[in-house]
Parts: sequence; C-alpha cells; structure tokens
Amino acid sequence: MTRSELMDYDKALELFEPVLGFEVHVELNTKTKMFCGCANEFGSGANTNTCPTCLGLPGGLPQVNKKAIESSIRLGLALGCEIAEHSRFARKNYFYPDTAKNFQTSQYDDPICHDGSITIELESGRLVTVEIERAHMEDDAGKLTHMGGATGRIQGADYSLVDYNRGGVPLVEIVTQMIEGAEHDAPEIGRTYVAAIREIAKALGVSNARMEEGNVRCDANVSLRPRGSNVLGTRTETKNVNSLRSVERAVRYEIQRQAAVLHAGGTITQETRHWHEDTGRTSAGRPKSDADDYRYFPEPDLLPMAPSRDWVEELRLTLPEPPAARRKRLQASWGFVNLEFQDVVNSDLLDAVEATVAAGASAQAARKWWTGEIARLANVAGVAADSLVTPVQLAALIELVEAGTLTDRLARQVLEGVIAGEGTPVEVVESRGLAVISDDGPLIAAIDAALLDQPDVLAKIRDGKVQAAGAVIGAVMKAMRGQADAARVRELVLERAQAIE
Amino acid sequence: MTYLTKLSAAALSELLVSKQVSAVEATRAHLDHITAVDTDLHAFLHVAADAALNTAAAIDARRAAGERLNPLAGVPIAIKDVLATQDMPTTAGSKILEGWVPPYDATVVARLRAAGLIPLGKTNMDEFAMGSSTEHSAYGVTRNPWDRDRIPGGSGGGSAAAVASFQAPLALGSDTGGSIRQPAAVTGSVGVKPTYGGVSRYGAIALASSLDQVGPVSRTVYDAALLHDVIGGHDPLDSTSLTDSWPSMAAAAQAGLKDGALKGVRVGVIKELSGDGFQAGVTQRFTETLALLVAAGAEITEVSAPNFEYAVAAYYLILPAEASSNLARFDSVRFGIRVNPETGSLTSEHVMSATREAGFGAEVKRRIILGTYALSAGYYDAYYGSAQKVRTLIQRDFAAAFSQVDVLVSPSAPTTAFKFGEKLADPMAMYINDVTTIPANLAGVPGMSIPIGLAPEDGLPVGLQIMAPAKADARLYTVGAAIEQLLEARWGHTMLSQAPALTPTEMFASEEGAV
Repeated sequence: MTRSELMDYDKALELFEPVLGFEVHVELNTKTKMFCGCANEFGSGANTNTCPTCLGLPGGLPQVNKKAIESSIRLGLALGCEIAEHSRFARKNYFYPDTAKNFQTSQYDDPICHDGSITIELESGRLVTVEIERAHMEDDAGKLTHMGGATGRIQGADYSLVDYNRGGVPLVEIVTQMIEGAEHDAPEIGRTYVAAIREIAKALGVSNARMEEGNVRCDANVSLRPRGSNVLGTRTETKNVNSLRSVERAVRYEIQRQAAVLHAGGTITQETRHWHEDTGRTSAGRPKSDADDYRYFPEPDLLPMAPSRDWVEELRLTLPEPPAARRKRLQASWGFVNLEFQDVVNSDLLDAVEATVAAGASAQAARKWWTGEIARLANVAGVAADSLVTPVQLAALIELVEAGTLTDRLARQVLEGVIAGEGTPVEVVESRGLAVISDDGPLIAAIDAALLDQPDVLAKIRDGKVQAAGAVIGAVMKAMRGQADAARVRELVLERAQAIE
Repeated sequence: MTYLTKLSAAALSELLVSKQVSAVEATRAHLDHITAVDTDLHAFLHVAADAALNTAAAIDARRAAGERLNPLAGVPIAIKDVLATQDMPTTAGSKILEGWVPPYDATVVARLRAAGLIPLGKTNMDEFAMGSSTEHSAYGVTRNPWDRDRIPGGSGGGSAAAVASFQAPLALGSDTGGSIRQPAAVTGSVGVKPTYGGVSRYGAIALASSLDQVGPVSRTVYDAALLHDVIGGHDPLDSTSLTDSWPSMAAAAQAGLKDGALKGVRVGVIKELSGDGFQAGVTQRFTETLALLVAAGAEITEVSAPNFEYAVAAYYLILPAEASSNLARFDSVRFGIRVNPETGSLTSEHVMSATREAGFGAEVKRRIILGTYALSAGYYDAYYGSAQKVRTLIQRDFAAAFSQVDVLVSPSAPTTAFKFGEKLADPMAMYINDVTTIPANLAGVPGMSIPIGLAPEDGLPVGLQIMAPAKADARLYTVGAAIEQLLEARWGHTMLSQAPALTPTEMFASEEGAV
C-alpha cells in the first residue's frame, strides 16, 4: 500500500480502536550458549562457534546453561513476574534450515516467568501499565544469508548460506497481554515499552541490549476494531522490528493500513508482516493462524526445572534500581530540564553521564560533551559514543577546561588525541603542546606585532572603536595557534593599543 | 589362535594381563574369525581392521611399559552403529547417513577407548533402531548364528549375532523397547538395559529420548558387568544422566557366584507376561528355571501388573512421537546424503523432502507419520497425553511389585527366533513381540536377559528377563550370575558352546564332494 492509500492517522483513530500486543526477544549475554558449551559471541567466523549439539548432529544432546536460567529469572523478577516453581522446556517442531534440529527448544505450557507488569511513562506524562503474560526461555536460530539475488531476500536468491554461530544462543521471549485503550498513543506505547524492556535488560546486565545487533527484537501485533464494537479484529504480526523508531513507525503504519483496508470493506488477513526500514512500510509474510501446529511436547532430553525459592529470593536481592526510578532520581539530582534529560536518555548515555559525574565532572559539562562532540565523533565513526572515551578520561578533560588550561577548541583537539589512543588528557596536552598560554610575555609580543602590522586598526582602537580589536585578536590567536585565551587576548589588545608607540 | 575367540572377556583379560597373549594376537584372532564367518552372517556393517590392530599394538606397548591398565584393556569389542565414532562411519542402519563419519565419539565410545578396549567395527541394526529383527536395516539382514534362516532379533541383531558367533566377546547395544534384551534372548547371549540415566546417551543417535538406554552385550553375566563398569556413571553432556555413584557391577556379579546367593531372594513372576501368546518351549524353560530358583532357596511369588496390558499401545505412541521430532534433523543440510528432486525447483524444502523420501526406509516413515499425527493439535491429549498417563500407571505397577519382591522375572521374548519375512508384512505382529521388554523402558527400570536353554520344539535359545528397581542394576548382576552358574552346572557347558559350528565358506560346503 502506498502512502497515499493509507488512511489519515487521526481519521483511523476516529473510526477504529487499536489493540496491541508485543513479543520482545531479548538475547542473553551469557558466555556460552543455552544448551552447549560453545561461545556466545557476535562476529566470529561463520560456523566456528559450533558443536554436535548446536549443529543438531545425530547424537547431540542439550545441557542447560545455569547462568541463562539465572538471567531469565532476574529478568522475570524485574518485570514483576512470578517465577514458576516448576518449569520445563518443550520442543517446537518446524522445518527450517536455520534451525539445526528442525525444532526449537522453547517453553510451552510451563514458562519460567509469568504474570508480570511494567508501567511506562509517555512523553505526555501519561502512565500506561503493560501486563506481561509470560517470559520464557528458548534457543535462537542460525543466520541465513541469501546470495545472488538483488535484494538479499530469499526471493530471487541463487543459494543461501547458513551460519549456526547464533544457533543455540539463549533468548528470553517476553509476551504481553493484549493492550487495550492505547488510542492515539499506540505507536508511542510500542516504542516506549520496547525501550523500557531494553533498559531493564541492560540495567540487569543480562543482555548487551543493542537493537542494532539484534540483541533485542520486537514483533508487534496490531488489530483494529470499529468504535463501539467489543469484538477483536484480526491481527497482524510485524516481525523483527529492530529499532525503537521503527517500532513506532510500524505500529502507526499498520493502524493506517488496516484502517484503510477495513474502511474500504476489505478484510485483514491473519499473517506475519515484514517491516521495511527504507520505505517505512510493511509487506505480507506468511499466513499465521492460531492453529499453527508446532506439535509442542515436553523436551525429553532435559529435566524439568524447579528453581528453589531461596535462590529466587537471592536473585531478587541482586536487582538494580528500576530504570524508571533511577531516571527520576538522576534528573532531579542533575537539575536537567526535560529536553536535556531526554537527549541523554535517547542517546543511551545515561550510564556514561552518571559515571562522568561520579568521576568529578559537573552534570551539565558531562551532558554537553557526551551528547555533543563525542556523539558527533561516534556518529561519524559509526560506533557507540561510550566506546570512544571513558567517563574518567572525559572528567579529566572537563577539569582541564574548567581550570582554564584548555579552551573548548583546544579541548576538542585533546579529545581527538585521547580517542586516538595517545594517552590521558593531561598526557595529550603535554605531548601535543596544546595548553593555553597563560604567560602574558609571548602574548604581548604577538599583540604588539599584530598592532604594528595594522596601523589603521590601531588608530581605530585608540579612537575608542573597540570592536575593531577583533581583527587583531584573530591575528594573535592565529599566531598563537589557538593556544590563547581569547578573553585575555582582548584585554591585552586594548591595553597594548594605548601603550605602544 | 581360534581358541582366543572362544574365551570370555574375563578369561581373555587374564591372559592379556599376565602377558600370555598380546592384544594384537587377540585382535587378529577376532578379525580372522570375522573374515571367515561374517560374509555370511553380516553382523558387521564396518570392520576397522587396521585401526583395531594399531590400537591393540599401542595397548601392548603400554602394558609392556608397565602402565596400569583397565583389566579389559586389549579386549576387542563390537559397537552398534547407533553410536557416534569419529574414526568409523556411523549410519544407524539408515541410507540417509550412508558414509557419514561423525566429528566426535559418543561418551560410551570415548570411555571404551579410555579403558583400552579395541573397537573392531560397527554392527548392523534395524534402521534407527526401529524393529525387532534387524530386517529393517538399509544394508541387508544379519543372520542368526543358530539358524541362518532366522532373525537375530532387533534392533541390535548385529551386536548379538557378533557376540553369539564369537566374532567379539563384547558388544555395545542400545535398548529402547528391548533392542538389547530380545536379540540376546534369541541368540543365546547376555544383554543388559541399565537403569535409564545410568549410562550416557551422548552420541547415541536418538530414537526415543525418554526410552533409549545404552548397555552391554556379552556371553556371560560377569563380562556384561565388567563392560557396564566401564561405560556407566554420570556424564555432564547428558542431562538425564544420573549423578549417583554406582557400586561395581563386576563385584555384584561375583557375589552371585557365592554359595547361597539366591537364598531368600524374593522373585516375582509377572502374571501378565506369561501364558497365551508364549511359545510352549519358552514357557517350559522358564518354568524349569523357576524350579531351579526355588531349589536354590529363592522365594517365588506371582505378582500382577495390570497396566502392562497397555504398555505396547502406549509405547507405540510415545516412541513415534519422540522419534518424529528426533529424526527431523536428517534434512541433508549439515550431514548425510543429499538427494535433489527430479522435478521442481531446488528449494531447501524440496531437497529436504526428496532426501527424506529416498533416505528413510518404510518402517521409519511409518513411525514418523504415526508420531507426527500423535502430537498434532487436537490429538495430543488423546494420544501422547494418554500414553504418558499409562506410563505413570506402569511405573506404579512396578513400584507395587517391588514393594513385595526383590526382582521380577519373565521370559525375555514370547517366542524363539522367527524366520525372515515372517512378521515383516504385519507391523503389529512385530510390535507385539516386544511385549515383555517394553515395560522396563517405560518405567526406566533395569532389565537383563540371560540364556536359559533351548526350546525343545525348535532347538533355539530361550531367554530369561530379570528386572530390578531403578538404580538397583547391581541386583540384576548378582541374581543373573547366580542363575547362570546353576544352569551351566546342570548342563555341564555354556549355552553358546552348543551353537552350530559356522563353516568359513558356504560356497562349496555341500557340493564339493559331489563334483
């Protein structure tokens, strides 16, 4: 459906009520995979992190990763879930080449976590409580790369390559209850909910929580029902929406698309849909019925789990401060206005700013550097801002600026040196000779030379036209290669204009 | 050196330890015998002669250097083809795995190697262990050494025939519903299905995960015990592996040889596993053995296990259900044969489908279809769910019986070895043959089959099945060794010494004189 065929969003909401549901997959950052001892790491050579078990070779058997269970329980507790006294794995049977065993080891009727909820706060201040039906464990599939086609999709490809490195990586799938009453906020609820899950997973340290690396993936279910009806409409499931902004866009798109179809007298097909980041549209995937038969049955190669209540309580004590509460506390203590704070949160720099403040910097300076120059450099390099410098390095840099050793301009050069691995800010200042020249001697010499060079300017200054000093200041700063405090130069220029012969 | 092949593993071990015989000599004797008789019997799918001799030479060198080795070091062994071996093809009797050499050893194989046993090769079996006759192997049948027109039992017909025909003193089997015990019974050898979880399944190609168990095949109870001690014990790679520490099975077998070992032992005869459907000669030898037990001071009690009636039905739902899922991985993507479809595009679905169509035999397909159906939405509760309930009831029957007796006994199989083709056309007849052995798998309890004589009407071996409570495997060895000793004392010989001599080449045996 082209953009022009979509129904206007406000009109869609006038005619229909959206009902939402989200399935968020969180990839755990355990050292090894869910059911074998292979490394759980991103970016290794294809099929190098594999063994008879995760390759699904004949005779391979699963062994449960205890750390993955622990992470799942902690995640469940942070989502306010009950932790099941008895839980077991089940086989979800379907054939697909990225699934080595041709079944996924998942959980069916006995998930490890169930019945939780989280409350999210929208930009308007509206609080929405999202009920969580369950959070269950499962293993990830391998990765298919379709070769030879123009689009990289399976359609039109000549052949496909399979990399089983990701096969068997532990996932927790968090399934919400139906979300009603979202109304106009539906897209924002999607984005904010996924952001909250990501933030919680990150705060717990159970996942790297990088959406761009697929650590957090969202399937968004959307259905519409006509105003006044209490019968649920047919839903679509938009798969693998992999950025917060895309979640918001995909939900909005589906509302507009479904409204247009329904309003024209059409019907919605129950199906999965693919999200296309480039065009901002969804397209039909495979039909999906509630009766999809995965022939689930309890995994006979694994024992049922009965996490002891003592262990669960022990794990509860390890939960960090809930991210929402932490945000409130930090904003108050830093004194940021909403916009400033949102800027930090949206750039995923809360931890970085907090650590920089803890290292002695002022909150405003920390914010300014992280969301400004460092974010810009990170963007250029295509990496995460907090991978460029450490909070301690930044705090040291800020201290040099505040002590007057560096101007902002010089500080940016020092920052580049630090990023280039030339040492701490103090070391870079020394090795590059970048400190502000605070000795008036060389400044006066440079100023006198500049004034004598431009007698007309000198005359104007002497006539009281102080704005003419700018030209001299520029020449002096140039001569000093920027390593002078411009304010001090200005003072001295005015002084020397009266003094020299 | 042919006498070396007649020795039990224990007797051969003594000669090896005392250096009267080298491992190379023992291995060569068995390889020569295999060359002589196996063209006809076809117990082996693969013989690793060079590797076996090299391994044997290495053992001899270590022994000569004074290294302390496991008593079984240097003793040859045959390995059922269901177990992954990194130096030999592993096919599970299926065409779909033709030529596949795994990149790893099953835990039990690794333990054999660590103990210095000499793997001779891989033995024939029904495809993916589905069958009771080895007729479902994709590589041809194995013949019963007692009568070459008859089946050697299954699925482990190859391992049983190899041991019974003196091609190896020991073999490994796997038992999902009787695949170790029934072949042992019909070939006059000894076979043990350990307690579920007693022996690692890692590297055993799964048929039905909740039922499969690897175990020893041998000619004497003591030999089986020695092998059980090598392969048993916890394996972290198998999550269903028990963490218990186990007593020595060999010591338990030796305890059975002491005077009065059977005195006061409470033996339960399962009412439901006798009578109708049991061959007369089987019942006769079974009854005689009970009399022998009474004479030795055992107390015989009849016990009832009313739910055993439903065991076969439940088994043939649980097994296919698990198998349909376990066999899904045979998709041509990562290992095994690949068959392209004759028509249509080469999509992964089409290639997968063509490969499975060409690679799986009829019995495998039958069970995959059965299992897929049993797990389907809307049928799960009626089939798989009900079968699991029956399983619980059978476990309760065992618990009730073992509250009254120490061991349970029954004939190992309802009949002696049947003829090739006799039950092939009727899967139900083949399935019913496992009625005696299936309950132990459903309950996870250990079971053993030992030879108790020949049925008068056909002169073929009859087996006695002994079952014990879960984890009481040692009790099987004590009682089994005691009964074996009583029987051999009465006969004045071992059972297998009565097996017909196998002529090296059949080709000219009868006609040569007439030429």
